[in-house]
Amino acid sequence: MEIFNAENVVKKFIHTTALDRVSISIPKGSIYGLLGPNGAGKTTLIRIINQITAPDEGSLFFNGKSLHPDHISNIGYLPEERGLYKKMKVGEQVIYLARLKGLSKSEANKKLKYWFEKFEITSWWNKKVQELSKGMQQKVQFIVTVIHEPELLIFDEPFSGFDPINADMLKNEILSLQERGSTIIFSTHNMGSVEELCDHITLVDKGKTLIEGPIDNIRDQYRTDTYEVGFQGDPEKLKNALNKHYELLEINGDNDIKSAKIRLLHHTTDNELISLLLPAVHLVSFNEVYPNMHDIFIKVVNENKGS
Amino acid sequence: MNKIGLIIRREYLTRVRKRSFIIMSILGPLIFAGFMVIPAWMAMSEDQDLKKIAIVDSSNLFMNVIPDTDYLTFEYLYNTKLHDIKENYRKGGYYGVLYISHIVASEPNSVIFYSDKTPNQSTKIHISKAIEEYIRDQKLLAYEIEDLDNILKSVKTRINVRTIKLSDDGSEKESNTGIVMAIGYIGGFLIYMFIFFFGAAVMRGVIEEKVNRIVEVVISSVKPFQLMLGKILGIAMVGLSQFLIWVVSTFLLVTITSTLFFPELNMSPTDRVVAQDIMSTAPAEIETEAASEEMVEIMSALSTLRNIDFGVMLGSFLFYFLFGYLLYAAMFASIGAAVDNETDTQQFMLPVTIPLILSLVVLVNVISNPDSSVAFWFSIIPFTSPVVMMARIPFGVPYWEVLLSMGLLIITFLGMTWVAAKIYRTGILMYGKKVNYREIWKWIRYS
Repeated sequence: MEIFNAENVVKKFIHTTALDRVSISIPKGSIYGLLGPNGAGKTTLIRIINQITAPDEGSLFFNGKSLHPDHISNIGYLPEERGLYKKMKVGEQVIYLARLKGLSKSEANKKLKYWFEKFEITSWWNKKVQELSKGMQQKVQFIVTVIHEPELLIFDEPFSGFDPINADMLKNEILSLQERGSTIIFSTHNMGSVEELCDHITLVDKGKTLIEGPIDNIRDQYRTDTYEVGFQGDPEKLKNALNKHYELLEINGDNDIKSAKIRLLHHTTDNELISLLLPAVHLVSFNEVYPNMHDIFIKVVNENKGS
Repeated sequence: MNKIGLIIRREYLTRVRKRSFIIMSILGPLIFAGFMVIPAWMAMSEDQDLKKIAIVDSSNLFMNVIPDTDYLTFEYLYNTKLHDIKENYRKGGYYGVLYISHIVASEPNSVIFYSDKTPNQSTKIHISKAIEEYIRDQKLLAYEIEDLDNILKSVKTRINVRTIKLSDDGSEKESNTGIVMAIGYIGGFLIYMFIFFFGAAVMRGVIEEKVNRIVEVVISSVKPFQLMLGKILGIAMVGLSQFLIWVVSTFLLVTITSTLFFPELNMSPTDRVVAQDIMSTAPAEIETEAASEEMVEIMSALSTLRNIDFGVMLGSFLFYFLFGYLLYAAMFASIGAAVDNETDTQQFMLPVTIPLILSLVVLVNVISNPDSSVAFWFSIIPFTSPVVMMARIPFGVPYWEVLLSMGLLIITFLGMTWVAAKIYRTGILMYGKKVNYREIWKWIRYS
């Protein structure tokens, strides 16, 4: 079951085509990574989901129904460039923004109290935003995003500007929101956090979708048949054991337990590799090296550049 | 509460709670009172310096011709050469020297006033009038008319034209031109000020949201147009509140002073003329005449004030303020959206401020010629009509002109808001880009 679908979305600006027939489908309950280099069209896509801008072509569905202005109250959005009214008091401001999302005054009040107590920031209620530090403002912005308990949450570069402690807190909050049933769209350049959090991704570049799907499938797809071997013994013996069907990528022979990276060529299998190595050295570990998202990202974007 | 209502409420409350709003509400009427009192006070204090003027008369005919006033004394100098006194009149404590040539009866330019200062208008009028009257009387004397003195006294009349406006229902209304001009001017000027002040407030509000980067959060909840409209309407209500506070406090001030000091104003104009006729059948002395003339002027001014239909004035003021403001606020909002900070607004401000300033220039002309073709056209053209029509209304304007002007203003406002919304929608999400007119034109065409 998907919470959001976009089919063949096209958005043109005066000078560029920001989105060129982009389709995505976001499974309910997932953390969905929206990746791509700067200017790829991520923010445009996010703005279309938020109904800030309308697409020129294509169809959009929220929970299977055609996207409608009422769906706004079911979406929470933390933009990359985010801010607050500097001269407004914190409590008043969050309640105002929550009511714009459709909460009643008393509901907003109740929920805001919950979050303020959770973050232990009740004393900020009557402070003006300009009196808060940047990190404190980020907490307030996070509350604004989630206070109306939307089904779909969109975070655009959420970790930029966060110190490690706040970033960790945010990460845990995102995971606990997912546990409680929210779906999260997560746009970022930070591949580490993608691997940590996302279960689905889409990679867009120059307005086109390059990869889409569950992250495990994608990593599977970009496997390079490379294995990391931990062993004890003479590295030379290991080298000699390999024939032309195997490529030795690197070898590290300084410690007691040595390691090597070996890639399989010509449809050989891991079992065959193991049986070659067993007589030569004492095997300690044998693992497949999965490509990380960073490498996949660079590889795919560079290939797209060539095309 | 719907979303526009929430936005209006926020815009309104954050501004009304500001210290500057409270201060302006109190100071506003005082500043206006100051505008009116200070020039009068300055004019009076100027006259209070006693000025001594030396008279050099080459014909010796004008002895004691020019009477002294409260602030002017004239000293007739015998056997003094103009050349000598001109050099050292100040040592004698004189303000200036008045030279009357013997050819004065035939040559108008032969009376010369020497001073290092420029005398005010009333001094000049006082001198020329006295000499003119004296020469006229002397010329009449040459005809050797019997009983001339009495004839002259009895023909001497003073005229003060009072204008009384007749309405269709036959009721009479005192209409003092000076007061009507003043009201026209104040009305027009207030509208100009309100549009400028609150229009700029809209622009600053938009820039603030853009600079603070709150705008993207807000427009993920409401449509950009709702945000723009809510802001404009919220600030309009701030303006109206301010105005209401001013009107009420000024009204209280005027009512209290006029009932305390001028109870006779309750008579109708004709009653008063009749009453005066009876009193003034006997030739009055010049001094009391002058005093009562002043009194008549004040009374007519005050009674004009009371006779002005403040309902109509207030109604049309509110209309022109509201729609004039709405028209300009939409433009100001789109400027705010197009730029990244206030210093960049300059290049776009010009086309917005020029019609506003032009209407202020025309306003000065219109209050003296309220029915001229300049007045007509500028009160019909929507960009200047709020200020200019407001200045014309106290003089009485045909209904069709007012309706045409109002209709055009509403239509232009709708069109302008439509265009402004397009600029706004694109502009608020555009950062770090130097925007020019060509770019804005593209936004209007493509979005």
